[in-house]
Amino acid sequence: MSARANILRSSAAHAILIAYTILALYPVFLVVINSMKSRRAIFNEPLALPTRESFDLVGFHTVLEQGNFLLYFQNSLIVTLASLFLVLLFGAMAAFALAEYRFRGNLLMGLYLALGIMIPIRLGTVAILEIMVAANLVNTLTSLVLVYTAQGLPLAVFILAEFMRQVSDDLKNAARIDGLSEYRIFFTIALPLVRPALATVAVFTMIPIWNDLWFPLILAPSDATKTLTLGSQIFLGQYVTNWNAVLAALTLAIFPVVVLYLIFSRQLIRGITRGAVK
Amino acid sequence: MGNMTLEKVCKSFGTVDVIRDVDLQVEDGEFCVFVGPSGCGKSTLLRMIAGLEDITTGDVLIDGEVVNTVPPSKREIAMVFQSYALYPHLNVRDNMGLGLKQARHPRAEVTAAVDRAAKMLDLEKYLNRRPAELSGGQRQRVAIGRAIVRKPKLFLFDEPLSNLDAALRVQTRIEIANLHRELGATMIYVTHDQVEAMTLADRIVVLRDGRIEQIGAPMELYNNPANEFVAGFIGSPKMNFLDAPTLGQPGRSLGIRPEHLTLSREEGQIEGRISHVEQLGGETLIYLRADPHGLITVRLFGEHGAEVDERAFVTPDLTRAFHFGTDGQRLAA
Repeated sequence: MSARANILRSSAAHAILIAYTILALYPVFLVVINSMKSRRAIFNEPLALPTRESFDLVGFHTVLEQGNFLLYFQNSLIVTLASLFLVLLFGAMAAFALAEYRFRGNLLMGLYLALGIMIPIRLGTVAILEIMVAANLVNTLTSLVLVYTAQGLPLAVFILAEFMRQVSDDLKNAARIDGLSEYRIFFTIALPLVRPALATVAVFTMIPIWNDLWFPLILAPSDATKTLTLGSQIFLGQYVTNWNAVLAALTLAIFPVVVLYLIFSRQLIRGITRGAVK
Repeated sequence: MGNMTLEKVCKSFGTVDVIRDVDLQVEDGEFCVFVGPSGCGKSTLLRMIAGLEDITTGDVLIDGEVVNTVPPSKREIAMVFQSYALYPHLNVRDNMGLGLKQARHPRAEVTAAVDRAAKMLDLEKYLNRRPAELSGGQRQRVAIGRAIVRKPKLFLFDEPLSNLDAALRVQTRIEIANLHRELGATMIYVTHDQVEAMTLADRIVVLRDGRIEQIGAPMELYNNPANEFVAGFIGSPKMNFLDAPTLGQPGRSLGIRPEHLTLSREEGQIEGRISHVEQLGGETLIYLRADPHGLITVRLFGEHGAEVDERAFVTPDLTRAFHFGTDGQRLAA
């Protein structure tokens, strides 16, 4: 292939990627710019950038004054991080066991654990609600953490098991000869080596949890346990919608996810396997 | 202080038998090499001795004690792996000292042991580096150092040189041989490379399909192979197997090493055409195609000119030949 065809090909690829990026980010961009405009300006010129006349932070004022926005924010963060932690911990442990140990029913167990990918957890909403009522967990953040952990585990186990299989057997065996316990092999050797996979799973798990409206609405609608997504709904009325406030709430809701994503994506890139084997 | 015995050891994965009825006695201080083609079960056997694989039936004894259910860390063994298997997050010192640290030896003792091993292997400069910052040869030396530090009853090597380049392989091979002399420890070494086996071993165990084909000192196997498989496996270049009946010899095939054939342009017992010549300086290998024997390798010392497609004759030195029957077993001379 000539150098010229190569440049053509790579610029075409970049054009497609840039087009997709713009397509994906434009709605987010609109939300952010409109959150900083007056109500009139949002409706008159929804695509315009905020100008000196149209610039207005009334939405942010409303959000921060009305309702317990900071509390909702905190609830979302607690639920997301706790679920994320549990999904990664138990997912990785199950994946390690499936990849590492030969036992009867290993394959069946792997399929069983992955089954959840194909069955949406929302089908079980009624049963979940009944369980939570019986366990006295309605209107607690715990109920949300439990549901989200269950929701995230199948995909986590599925992806991580594949990566756990790639961790060198020799390395694990060397550790066994050196007298490390299986738990220490898991935590100090296997986990650091699958860090990029953990980051991928973290991103996949985190976003649906942060954005979810369904389970907070059903399991924890009390004011003390509302999440950010649910809390923002008070500005969406049947007849009147406070668009300034909704857009401001959404803008604020984007930031933590972006920060978490940046943290994980750094892990995605960093490979520390180098030098372990070969 | 370090002998090892296998008694009727078998291993199967499901219905597949990978090790069948292996009996072996490795004496204290002996350098024993398991050799065989890939898939012959030599690595599995080593892992069973290490305790990394379960034993289906039979017993493994270290120093006269059955250790079938003893975990690897309690068997007082150390193992060096083909892929080095260094802990990526630890520096060289911690890599080497981890085993002793886990066994709760006092810190000063661990430091002293690591320093001693590092000195032996010329690793003193690298003690604070991570494995990623070392070359392949250095990494393998660290792995060997990790084994020495533990002062094991038994050293186990699983193809430790396979990932190194040719020059480094020879050098590390010599280092391992020196190490064995210095430490006087019992070592079991797995390789598929018969040169490594010949140069390092006090005793070689040739394995095929999970069975021991022959056990013996390197020269015993070279001069007195029990069957066609061992004869073909030991020695490089490989032994020629000629069609015995055409030569008026007993048995099915006549084994003759490439150095025990004489080549002549004028006359000889077997006529053929030269198909390839390899000049190595010190020796010349000539490949000759002759029906019905197939490709015959002739090894001549010194430099010899020969043209491809040239007609030539070879004559085997029958006093150095081996006769094999239809079952591949050696016929009594």
